[in-house]
Amino acid sequence: MEQFTVHTGTAVPLRASNVDTDQIIPAKYLKRITRHGYEDALFAAWRSDPGFVLNDPARAGASILVAGPDFGTGSSREHAVWALQDHGFRVVISSRFADIFRGNSGKGGLLTALVAQEVVEQLWAATEADPALPVTVDLVARTVAFGDVAAPFEIDDYVRWRLLEGLDDIGITLQSAGLIADFEARRPTFAPRTA
Amino acid sequence: MGRTLAEKVWDAHVVRSAPGEPDLLYIDLHLVHEVTSPQAFDGLRAAGRSVRRPDLTLATEDHNVPTIDIDKPIADPVSRAQVEALRRNAAEFGVPIHSLGSQDQGIVHVVGPQLGLTQPGMTIVCGDSHTSTHGAFGALAFGIGTSEVEHVLATQTLPLKPFRTMAITVNGVLPDGVTAKDLILTVIARIGTGGGQGYVLEYRGEAIRALSMEARMTICNMSIEAGARAGMIAPDETTFAYIEGRPKAPTGADWAQAVASWRTLVTDDDAEFDAEVVIDASELTPFVTWGTNPGQGVPLAGAVPGPEEFADPVEQEAARKALAYMGLAAGTPMREIAVDTVFLGSCTNGRIEDLRAAAEILRGRRVAEGVRMLVVPGSVRVRLAAMAEGLDRVFLEAGAEWREAGCSMCLGMNPDTLKPQERSASTSNRNFEGRQGPGGRTHLVSPQVAAATAVRGTLSSPADLAPVA
Repeated sequence: MEQFTVHTGTAVPLRASNVDTDQIIPAKYLKRITRHGYEDALFAAWRSDPGFVLNDPARAGASILVAGPDFGTGSSREHAVWALQDHGFRVVISSRFADIFRGNSGKGGLLTALVAQEVVEQLWAATEADPALPVTVDLVARTVAFGDVAAPFEIDDYVRWRLLEGLDDIGITLQSAGLIADFEARRPTFAPRTA
Repeated sequence: MGRTLAEKVWDAHVVRSAPGEPDLLYIDLHLVHEVTSPQAFDGLRAAGRSVRRPDLTLATEDHNVPTIDIDKPIADPVSRAQVEALRRNAAEFGVPIHSLGSQDQGIVHVVGPQLGLTQPGMTIVCGDSHTSTHGAFGALAFGIGTSEVEHVLATQTLPLKPFRTMAITVNGVLPDGVTAKDLILTVIARIGTGGGQGYVLEYRGEAIRALSMEARMTICNMSIEAGARAGMIAPDETTFAYIEGRPKAPTGADWAQAVASWRTLVTDDDAEFDAEVVIDASELTPFVTWGTNPGQGVPLAGAVPGPEEFADPVEQEAARKALAYMGLAAGTPMREIAVDTVFLGSCTNGRIEDLRAAAEILRGRRVAEGVRMLVVPGSVRVRLAAMAEGLDRVFLEAGAEWREAGCSMCLGMNPDTLKPQERSASTSNRNFEGRQGPGGRTHLVSPQVAAATAVRGTLSSPADLAPVA
């Protein structure tokens, strides 16, 4: 996983709450068996509307998505994270994230920065006024900075550490292989097996 | 201080615990399907890793399989490639699989309980958010992403931060004609799609104790629609009776030992929940959604709300967008909304009791002209059981379509979809924009409301139907 420390880019204001993962990537794109190549699938239904914010040429190259509360609700599809990354997003900023989406983001290296809704509103206004406005997301300092605003964001300490180090979870867990084997020896005999 | 049910199951599965780090939790059962697993198996291959416990892993094909012509190759080449990838991966890594055509194929959350694999006190995961279904047995069961699927395949564990706990206490008795689906849709409308975030919900109280296992599964299934990680119900005699004798249930001395252990899986009297919601069952009525998230619901007897009825400006804006997408005007009585399609099925309401309840209403009646009704059993065994009872004939004689098992129109990955602007009454779990097909409009309903709606052609409850002559 790619390390994440400080990222500066331009932002896309997504003025919607409850952006569920069916909107982020509709189910028909989930038939693919690869981990990349979902750029075309991101917000596919909404992008058919020429007025949708991602279709604005001024937003080309943006890497920070700023969304309303309850971003990423619904299905557990990690394809939602992959589609955002394939499109070039490194950060999603919202005042509330769905749990599974947030977990998936942390695994894949997409930073989910949780800020107060008023910061979302400020950022929406600022980037709508100036699409080229640089926004800096600093994972070390846990701040989002734009114009003369610098606001703190929340992220789980452990997720932050893994992102900063770019660490792979499975590798960390396998260091505990002995403890896993010990646990397995203690499991009840009545626990079911599939085969 | 005492512990809650969720905390007891959690504590019993901690492999490793260290300050400042997530707990490493052992996973008793990992269910796998074709959509969220191929990239995980690729990851294992790339790293030269194996599946640690194939004997605690089970694969089934459900999300994008067709519900007609299942004896022929899958017509859509992309769907076919994904199903074939699952079969290849299962063979290569030694994972048991129930493929299309097998008697044990079906929706992953119907298959687990049916086989007796879902048991109290277990930790169960699947790359599917509706894994919360299995919590009906007092298991801690939750959906995970593909990276976590790979993690569980490789290690049979997951690093997790403890969840908070919320009691959903449902006192009293559900009135006649009010179902588990109405209850959970009411809960979601009450606490919102984000109300359960970070929580495991424990459903308790007199009304919950009175429910069958299948009704309990309907409730736990939709916990995720309130944003919760999991939903749980403490096991009791109803649970034990459901499990006993199933293919993977404990037998002999193991059964006695298991039941004795399962009886300890109750929230202690002096345990404290982080939050509690209390609901009076006697006040509930049939409940349906009007909008584009499962929290946007009203009683069937009510009307489409106007945006100004919401205090929160974010909810007002969401309501405006939902009304535009759904093609509805505020103030329209819900009962006057006409549908094109009725979908009966899914991991929420695709079990035998759901089919029986709908068939009971359709017996001697006809699906309204111009309405298409799809009946999709949750599994092959549900389908066969329904046929043994003659339910297939009831559906067919009423003019409904009787299909093979799968997820079908719940998420429209297979050919069963709505056309743009088509409107459905659906027993599934999500009314998101385009969920059942691009531009499709979904109203979430109970099986009883689905059947009555099919007959009248507008959202209806069985009480709205004229008696069968």
